[in-house]
Amino acid sequence: MMHASQQPGSSPHTHTGRSTARVMQLVLLATLPGIAALVFYFGWGVLINLLLASLTAIVAEAAILKLRQKPVGFYLKDYSALVTAVLLAVALPPLAPWWLVVTGTLFAIVIAKHLYGGLGYNPFNPAMVGYVVLLISFPVEMTRWLTPATILDSGANLPGLSQSLALVFTSSPALDGLWDGISGATPLDLFKHNSGQLVEQFYQGEVLFSEGRWAGVGWEWVNLGFLAGGIFLLWQRIFTWHAPVAMLAMLLLLALIFHDGGSSHSLGSPALHLLSGATMLGAFFIVTDPVTSATSNFGRLIYGALIGLLVYIIRAWGSYPDAVAFAVLLANFAAPFVDYYTLPRSYGHERRRRATEQQE
Amino acid sequence: MTADQATKIASITIHEPVIHKTPGGIHPPDNKQQSLQRGLGIAPLPEKLVLPLNQHSGAPATPIVAVGDTVLKGQKIAEPSGSVSAAVHAPTSGTVTAIGLHPVAHPSGMNAPCITIESDGKEQWCQRNPVSNFTSQSPQTLLASIRDAGIAGLGGAGFPSHIKLSAADNGQAIDTLIINATECEPYITADDQLMRSYPQQVVTGIQILAHILGQPQRILIGIEDNKPQACDALQPHLQSTGIQLAKFPTKYPSGGEKQLIQILTGKELPNGRLPADMGIVCQNIGTVHAIYRAIVEGTPLISRITTITGDACAEPQNLETLIGTPMRHLLEHCGYQAQAGQPVVMGGPMMGFALTDLDAPAIKTTNCLLAPSTAEMPPQPPAQPCIRCGLCAEACPANLLPQQLLWHAQARNHQRLQSHNLFDCIECGACAYVCPSHIPLVQHYRAAKAELRQAARERIKSDRARERFEYNKQRKQQAEAEKAAKREARRIAAEQAKATLAKTHAQQEQTPTEQASDVVQAALQQVAAKQASPEQQRAKLERSVNSAESRLQRLEKKLAEGQAESSDAPLSEEQVSGYQAQIESARLKLTETQQKLKEFNNGQQTNLEDKVTAKVLASPKQTADKKVASLQKRLTGIEEKLAACDDDDLRQALENSASKFRSKLQDAQQEASALAANSGNDKPVTDPATVAATQQALAANKQKAPLTPQQQVERLQQRMQKAEERLATLSDPVQIDALQTSLANLQQKLADAQRALENP
Repeated sequence: MMHASQQPGSSPHTHTGRSTARVMQLVLLATLPGIAALVFYFGWGVLINLLLASLTAIVAEAAILKLRQKPVGFYLKDYSALVTAVLLAVALPPLAPWWLVVTGTLFAIVIAKHLYGGLGYNPFNPAMVGYVVLLISFPVEMTRWLTPATILDSGANLPGLSQSLALVFTSSPALDGLWDGISGATPLDLFKHNSGQLVEQFYQGEVLFSEGRWAGVGWEWVNLGFLAGGIFLLWQRIFTWHAPVAMLAMLLLLALIFHDGGSSHSLGSPALHLLSGATMLGAFFIVTDPVTSATSNFGRLIYGALIGLLVYIIRAWGSYPDAVAFAVLLANFAAPFVDYYTLPRSYGHERRRRATEQQE
Repeated sequence: MTADQATKIASITIHEPVIHKTPGGIHPPDNKQQSLQRGLGIAPLPEKLVLPLNQHSGAPATPIVAVGDTVLKGQKIAEPSGSVSAAVHAPTSGTVTAIGLHPVAHPSGMNAPCITIESDGKEQWCQRNPVSNFTSQSPQTLLASIRDAGIAGLGGAGFPSHIKLSAADNGQAIDTLIINATECEPYITADDQLMRSYPQQVVTGIQILAHILGQPQRILIGIEDNKPQACDALQPHLQSTGIQLAKFPTKYPSGGEKQLIQILTGKELPNGRLPADMGIVCQNIGTVHAIYRAIVEGTPLISRITTITGDACAEPQNLETLIGTPMRHLLEHCGYQAQAGQPVVMGGPMMGFALTDLDAPAIKTTNCLLAPSTAEMPPQPPAQPCIRCGLCAEACPANLLPQQLLWHAQARNHQRLQSHNLFDCIECGACAYVCPSHIPLVQHYRAAKAELRQAARERIKSDRARERFEYNKQRKQQAEAEKAAKREARRIAAEQAKATLAKTHAQQEQTPTEQASDVVQAALQQVAAKQASPEQQRAKLERSVNSAESRLQRLEKKLAEGQAESSDAPLSEEQVSGYQAQIESARLKLTETQQKLKEFNNGQQTNLEDKVTAKVLASPKQTADKKVASLQKRLTGIEEKLAACDDDDLRQALENSASKFRSKLQDAQQEASALAANSGNDKPVTDPATVAATQQALAANKQKAPLTPQQQVERLQQRMQKAEERLATLSDPVQIDALQTSLANLQQKLADAQRALENP
């Protein structure tokens, strides 16, 4: 479809027809494989998170738009709040208490997004700001993950819908017993506590790894799901390959170097680093957030590689098992600086220019 | 060997042009088929043709016809003014009915100077000079013909063609001639149709260009692969011409000159350079055809092919259009039905602009009129915030960062706009086409460019003003320094003089000599001796009053007689004014003498003695005090003025002079108090130098002492004799008259002198 220009006389008079709303819809669509895997392994809790976050985000977005005296309908229709909500929700532990999801979403939409000027003006990725705020404020709730459904002890089952709702919305001690059977560490968390065993030995001793194919039961499929969504978005030209590929390549490189052949000092196999935790979600849905990343393709290579580097450093030598959110926020800080030195070489110019230079 | 094999070998030996990749670009739906269904039509002759004087880039042409003139088809009606300009010709025969402002095709919707011709329907041609064999002509002759035919780039920019083609003539070696047949904008098919309809003419046109440019080694026709029929039409005419057809994949904006050069040569045009600097000349294929017509047919540029298309036209078609045909006439011929709120665009959908008035005429650069329906181009939704998705950067053919340019344009950050190479933006519109937030990016860039240009102009202006100011300041400081140096020198001289004086005093006290008062006395006596007795002076003054009176009367009488109608010898105008001038001077003289007499009678002359005495006797202390008093008086005056003044500039000036006077006053006061403290006794200046000077002056006056009566009589007699001799030789009545007056005066004086001699 083509559109005539809004102001007659200003070229071009046509348009591809692709809108911001369409871009956001495609992003939402691309999260589906990952979400499917999450639901398969972790149950209703994932969907409750998604629903809670989405509702909170829409209400918060509408309220703050009203406060800022912006046309509410016009901005709500861009789906950007929904994308933030979904990306935060999939990162939160399933069956987390409702207030955790609501607090994180409110912080992401109100503070990280709108207090910085709204869509297009936020320097930090809102979903990651929300996530980090929760991780620092409520570490217990944030690290209580579930054991993937396929490797639960015999007799234990993931809670059904009504039980899940009860777990999310009430804190009755009667339900505490339920947790014991279903909670469990994530692969990265588990691997961090490997004390001196060879990787192969360690893997054999842990069901999460021994039953898994590459990087832990369930998690590898969740990551592959997000990878599939990312490839779909690449094919749709929603973003360029530079940032995600640079991040994954850097992570792979460091993992190869420090895997150490699976010795007792190993810092994790490349497969573990690439296919567990938030690696693929980060690479294709967070690092590619255009608002907070570097702008030129070369800049995005540096930006992506920086995130890969930070993720590995924190995972390997930091005190948190995963690190995508921290790495992304740190790289967000660096993005404008990266932009200064990575302007593309324009047609007819001999070299790339610096954004800060006065005259050529 | 079959003919097939022969062509195969030939095509192997001539290597195929290499196609290079360019960054960015977009693939909008090309919508070219609609206007190609009906072949080439001819726009019917309108009743009225309107020819803007500026259809090209550069200076507007100057009309060489007047309202009411009859013109023939092809007759030149406006001359190019200056080197970057193009001539305008009458597209049909008829009468010039107006020369003045008329709506023209311009983004601003402005009116511009145009020549309006009412056609007589006869299409009567003027004398044409076709050239049968262009190879026999020199490039200079051909260039002159092209200039004379008013040819300006038909591709869009309308740059006068002869200038680009003069490259070889100007000594630049041209090795590549690129013919731009890309036509990358959607909808437009004018060039496509041209190649299908006139392949032979186009190829001959290219050969003419090659001849003008000194046969470049490579001649390429750059064409997108969406025009296979045009390629097929051209191919048979290219055999053994050395002209190569370079087909490349369709992508917008491949038809931009910079992009086409990159596609066909792999080289980028360095920033700020022209293609000719790289040995390349680029010409649009439509221009080539116009040049063919100008040389081979002797026809100036009075028509072109224009695509009339868009869903609001029932019969979209390419039309052979006379320059100056109103747009409305062309659209109506193609069944245009106006749709509310829908613009008609001149040019393509990517770079064209909406017309504000359909009475505007088609000009040399009108390649397309696009009248889209609402369904075809619905109104664009309002812009959303930029999310820096970077789709624009992917689409940009110049490798810019459009999202950053937008950011800096909104922030008016001129430095960043320049470091992000805003001026390399070719305004192709690819960025705005892909922008998911529907931001009118190109509009932002145009505004930012205008702002930067304006800022640059203002910077130059303010730089000049600053330089002027600094020069002035420097000049003033220099003048001040010089003044200060002079003051210092004077001060040193005064101190030295004082020292000498003190020394003299010391000597005088030891050996008392002549008193200072004696010197003054002597001077006074000498001055008095120079003066005649008061009676003599009065008589002399009275005489001059009388003489002036009589002279005035005589002159007035003469003038009155001469001007009288009954006069036998009326005076000429010259004489009258001569008389009037004399009367005026006589009147002045009279007033002057009367004044002198009056003063004398009032005894003002008696002051002389006091004045001289005061001046000679004034001590340095007195002089300084006097100076202080006068400065104080002036300062008070200035301060009064300052209090009454309300104009800022004047106030400033007054304050400046007040402060100057204040400092002068301070100096003077210091001097005065220093003198009072130093000398104590108010002794007059009687240093030897002053005394000597006074004496010298008095001696000089002495020599001018009055003559004896005897001598006076003799001298007067001599003068009278001389005057009489002169009178005899004169013929001019005015002069004679003047001489007679002075003779009478002399006579009077002589009589007086003789009386004085007889009665001493």
